[in-house]
Amino acid sequence: MAPSTDSNVKEENSQGSYKKDINTKTDHVLQSKKHANDIFDVIEYLQSEKDKQIIFASNACRKIFCELSDRGDLYVGDLPEEDDLMSGDRSGEEKYRIFMRHRYNSCVEILLENIGHESFQVKETSLCTLMKFVAAEAKHPLQNPDSSEHFCFPRELLRNLVERLLSEKEDMSLLISRFQEFLEMDDVRYYVMSSVRDNIYKVMSRKKKAEIPVYKNNVFTLLSNINIPTQGPKMKKFLVRQDYRLDEWKVAKLKEHKRAFEQMWLMFLKFKLPSFMYKKILVILHESIMPQMSDPTLLIDFLSAAYDIGGAISLLALNGLFVLIHQHNLDYPDFYKKLYGLLDPSIFHVKYRARFFHLVNIFLSSTHLPAYLVAAFVKRFARLSLTAPPTALLILLPFICNLIRRHPSCRILIHRPSAAEEPCDDPYVMEEEDPAQCHALESSLWEIKTLQTHYHPDVAKAALTINEPLTEQEEDISELLELSAFEVMERELKAESKTIPLEFDTATELLKSSREVLGVHFSLE
Amino acid sequence: MRKQQKFSRGLSDKVRKSKAAPEIQKNPFEVKINRKKFDVLGRKSKHDVGLPGVSRSKAIQKRKETLLKEFRLKDKSNKFIDRRFGEYDNKITPEEKILQRFTLERQRTHDKKDMYNLNEEEELTHYGQSLAEMEKMTDVIDSDSDSEEKGLLSAELTATHFGGGGGLLKKKSGGDEDEEQHKPKSRQELIEELIIKSKQEKRERQTQKEEAQELTEKLDQEWKSIQNLLSHKTPKAESKDDTDKPKLDQYDMMVRELGFEMKAQPSEKLKSAEELTREERERLQKLEADRLKRMMGDTEEESVQTSTHISADDINDGFILDKDDRKTLAYKEKTSKFTPGCQKSIQQDRKTNDGRWNIKGNEEEKEDEDGDDDEEEGEEEEGDDAAEDDADDDAEGEEDEEEEDDDEDDEDDHCDLQSDEGDEDEEGQGAEEEQVSAKEPPAVSEEQKKATQEAARAELPFTFKAPECYSDLKCLLQDHSSQQQRLILDRTVKCHHPSLAVGNKAKLQKLFGFLMEYVGELATQNPPDLRTINALIPQICSLCQMFPEAACKAVQTLLSDGGHSMEETLEVKGRAPMPDLDMLVLLKITAQLFPTSDFRHPVTTPAFIYISQALTKCVVSSLEDVCKGLILCCLALEFVSLSQRFFPELLNFLLGLLHLTVSNKHNTDYTVVAPFRRQERNCDLLVLKDPNASLSWNRKPISLRTAHRIPAEERDHYRLSVTDSCLDLVKRCTSLYKDLPSYGHIFQPIRTLLLKHFPVSSYPAPTQDLHREILEAIPEEPSQQAPLVFKKKKPIPLKLFAPKVVQILDYGKKRGNTKEEKERERLKHKYKREFKGALREIRKDTRFLAQEKLGDIMRRDAERKRKVKELYGSLATQEGEWKALKRKKRK
Repeated sequence: MAPSTDSNVKEENSQGSYKKDINTKTDHVLQSKKHANDIFDVIEYLQSEKDKQIIFASNACRKIFCELSDRGDLYVGDLPEEDDLMSGDRSGEEKYRIFMRHRYNSCVEILLENIGHESFQVKETSLCTLMKFVAAEAKHPLQNPDSSEHFCFPRELLRNLVERLLSEKEDMSLLISRFQEFLEMDDVRYYVMSSVRDNIYKVMSRKKKAEIPVYKNNVFTLLSNINIPTQGPKMKKFLVRQDYRLDEWKVAKLKEHKRAFEQMWLMFLKFKLPSFMYKKILVILHESIMPQMSDPTLLIDFLSAAYDIGGAISLLALNGLFVLIHQHNLDYPDFYKKLYGLLDPSIFHVKYRARFFHLVNIFLSSTHLPAYLVAAFVKRFARLSLTAPPTALLILLPFICNLIRRHPSCRILIHRPSAAEEPCDDPYVMEEEDPAQCHALESSLWEIKTLQTHYHPDVAKAALTINEPLTEQEEDISELLELSAFEVMERELKAESKTIPLEFDTATELLKSSREVLGVHFSLE
Repeated sequence: MRKQQKFSRGLSDKVRKSKAAPEIQKNPFEVKINRKKFDVLGRKSKHDVGLPGVSRSKAIQKRKETLLKEFRLKDKSNKFIDRRFGEYDNKITPEEKILQRFTLERQRTHDKKDMYNLNEEEELTHYGQSLAEMEKMTDVIDSDSDSEEKGLLSAELTATHFGGGGGLLKKKSGGDEDEEQHKPKSRQELIEELIIKSKQEKRERQTQKEEAQELTEKLDQEWKSIQNLLSHKTPKAESKDDTDKPKLDQYDMMVRELGFEMKAQPSEKLKSAEELTREERERLQKLEADRLKRMMGDTEEESVQTSTHISADDINDGFILDKDDRKTLAYKEKTSKFTPGCQKSIQQDRKTNDGRWNIKGNEEEKEDEDGDDDEEEGEEEEGDDAAEDDADDDAEGEEDEEEEDDDEDDEDDHCDLQSDEGDEDEEGQGAEEEQVSAKEPPAVSEEQKKATQEAARAELPFTFKAPECYSDLKCLLQDHSSQQQRLILDRTVKCHHPSLAVGNKAKLQKLFGFLMEYVGELATQNPPDLRTINALIPQICSLCQMFPEAACKAVQTLLSDGGHSMEETLEVKGRAPMPDLDMLVLLKITAQLFPTSDFRHPVTTPAFIYISQALTKCVVSSLEDVCKGLILCCLALEFVSLSQRFFPELLNFLLGLLHLTVSNKHNTDYTVVAPFRRQERNCDLLVLKDPNASLSWNRKPISLRTAHRIPAEERDHYRLSVTDSCLDLVKRCTSLYKDLPSYGHIFQPIRTLLLKHFPVSSYPAPTQDLHREILEAIPEEPSQQAPLVFKKKKPIPLKLFAPKVVQILDYGKKRGNTKEEKERERLKHKYKREFKGALREIRKDTRFLAQEKLGDIMRRDAERKRKVKELYGSLATQEGEWKALKRKKRK
């Protein structure tokens, strides 16, 4: 068998010839057992230098082995060593099958190698071929269906595949998104989930100290691509249909899926993650992870850890916490105190401002909150507003007014007739972390008064509302949440104006005007 | 009964006559008490007690005075009836009245005789004199002489003619004494002398008049010969004379002559410098007041509305503060001017023209004059601003002027009034530019300037095609010096003044956009050509004044593009670079073109937002970024310096910049906000590398060019300059915002930074001074404030238990539901009552008259009876006498 391997490969290098060669050899292999050795040539092509040849060979391999699998020409059961093949007394048929099984195994190995290939096409073809093999193996199991109920799914192959996908060195996000197509199959997904879990455990515990951001990123990409359909308790879409004992088959049960999903995520979240990963996870947590878990409360450890990190991550963790508190009856001690602690000048500048304000609005919407708490929040927001950009102020000012409307006892912040005309220091203590101790209720919102002279006309107008008793109707801030600076500018640009006043001091020079500041510090030269 | 009546009338008369006759009013027989059905509390009725006798006598007396008189005069006297149309009608205004009367008169005459008279045109009159006659002006002299003859009433004459020649006597004693002492003149002689004298005077006057007339006629003749040249509209009468047009040089001469004469005419008095400054100050005050109003923002809409309304009491003296005079700044078609100053000058011009118009009284002439005058002035202007300040510039300047002259003349040849107006406009612009050039400091030496201008004039053409696209403009301006570019633009704008051709307005509007683009490109060049931008500023300003809308649109587009691209890079990359110098220059120019103090302005508000966006979103990663940021801060401060508006991002950014100077960034007790972080890669940008750099540093302005690239050497000096400027800006902010209620809280972080972390000792003395001043300006503790209260509102009155108010109707029952129906019912009721009352009155009148008539008849009857009785008596005595005589005879 060996001599024929090298002979033909390198002779023909021209474009069409390798296709022809592979095609004829494929046909030969499939046609008769006599030409079985041609399979070596085909497999040889898989390791070729050229991408196209690899792709073509992969397809050929797929064809050959699927066909062989269908025919039952692959050895089933524990495979004997190839070296023992000649020695043992086996029929020719059996020898052939063992031989082919060995070739199949080596082919799979090469394909798995190819998943780490630099060309995406090669990767993709290899992936598809392997998935075909998975399907073929599932249909015609290569192991004896003996004990477990995973009887017929090629878990070993899938585990290897997943291991390759979750590379530690290379970003596989493109391939993973290609893989998503297969994840729609319920059985594939189920087994992938369990193998991912095992893989994470294995890798993470092996490399406890080392940072492996690429791996984590790959895991995250794969995990975020897994979605469990929610239409019914029974699963319907399978790669391979199992006909008997469907009721007992775990793969067919939604509950099992959820459990697998949950275990997978929890395994991932158990480990230390970089902050950008935290953000990514938290952004999708409440929408795509929590609903698919069988028991979301198990996330509490993760969430409280995230909440304690501070900054933007804390803001994002709020959302998950809110779901837990709201829907799963979670009791979170000192929630408002921590929320109060979250308020610092950076909240107006982070990307997740809209989400944060949305949540804070919900948290503070209860009318059963004590007045001191609401007042503390209001006063702190007001103090922070002194450093906020106009986009944030346009949310913040109606928000503060809404809070005061909801809690009439806080009206004292903007209307204190009892002590009018008596100047006093601001009793509010900004540094105090406990809203109960910060004396907010004894203060007034002078900050809003300051904002009445803000340069943006809408902000100034919004700040002017505290001069008069507030109206009953709350203002809707939901549409202001996503406001960006450019949108604010566009609003101004689109506003119709009848007249365009001009500066009446006509300028003569660039750095010369009646109120020159730039010219004082800068010169043309 | 009649007797009784008579008696009662007599009594009542007595009562009426003696008003102070309380005994009669108290007399129970005179008083009639009207019984009330219900006694209503608080109601006062006039009619509870009546004096029927008194009131009746009053009524009778009144009738006697009016009705009886009329009755007596009936068919006996004439009456003057004024039938002039609307004489006693107050509703018609006098003008209308005159008009109506005139039409009536016209109709009357027309109806009577001119019905079939088609040819005869009716005559126009002025004060009863035929206008046609007046226009002919043939017999001016005759009428004049007549009038003079008539009106001669000198003091001497009257003195000699009347009063017994007292004047003569006196004169003799006073005046003649020294001349002819020897022989006193007799009265006869004196009179003769007087006659001779007056005749002589008369003759002199005659000759004088004749001469004047001759001159006038001559002038008329000359005028007629040139009239055709000056205007397209040749009068019908003169159309034949077109053939003998004088030659052009002659024409020119005459024009000069006339122009010279014009100058000799008395014109409005020149305003003194004081007056001018005062007017200028008033104008600025008005504009300032207007700007402040816009700054407050709340009266925005109102002012727009009130601008159209002018009160009936408005005497148009511009006194009202509310008056919206923004329009004066706006460009509008042909009539409005660019600046009120120019407008004023033109108005003056108009006035002088008007004055001349009164003198000459001829329309064609006026037109011509206008043209000439403007041309003359235009020339001057042109010369002035083309040669700017080289009055003694000789040959070439002259040539230029000549050339321009010719242009103008040509223009004048084939355009009429329109071009005149154009000239006026140009003149306005010229004036403005003159102003501009006057303000300019003599930075470049005179000679240098002159030299460059001469060079420019030597090679630059005088007309330019308006650029159709941006590349056109670039071609036009490239490869010229900045002064030349300015001149080119100046000429382009002049050549395409909107009053000259239809499409020019659009062309110039486009030009503004291109110019802004060009400025942007100049600023992005490496190194940026800021000198040229500086030179172009006056042009940009004047174009903006001409087309505020177009300028607004152009700047808006640029700002929105800038904002949009920043937003996009933010979304894609998560961070945006600092805006380039072109945007910074644009912002600066925006502040120069549009008022930044307005509460809301279509251009400056977006500019504010752009600055805010840049100051919060753009990362500072190099010293160049620091420089750009500092420029933005300067601009931001400039924007709010007048309105004193609060700009949080500015303070955040300044804090961030100062944070960059702090070397030890651990455990800071202030928080910096985006785009700065407490610790990041570039947070040591302003930390001094060489501690001795401060020794060799001295304060001077930073070059704007460094926003592009900072030279590698002397970076520490640069850092020192930036820090110094930064501190100065903080100082300006402290003085700007010191009245804000949260002043202390706003500046607390900066204070903490400067006090505890700022490495002040490594900075030079001026910076240390600044540092100290700032720390002094910011109080340690936030100031005390009075707690907030709502604005005092007018208290809402308590609800009272007020009685239900029912509308009292004139008629009894409530009828009709709608307002109209009720009104109708009311009127019906009123009519009925009035009718009844009138009927009663008429009845009383007739009764009174009947009584009077009866009285007359009775009086007459009594008279007759008396006379008859008398007659009977006399007859009886006669009869008796006769009988007695007869008896005697018989006896």
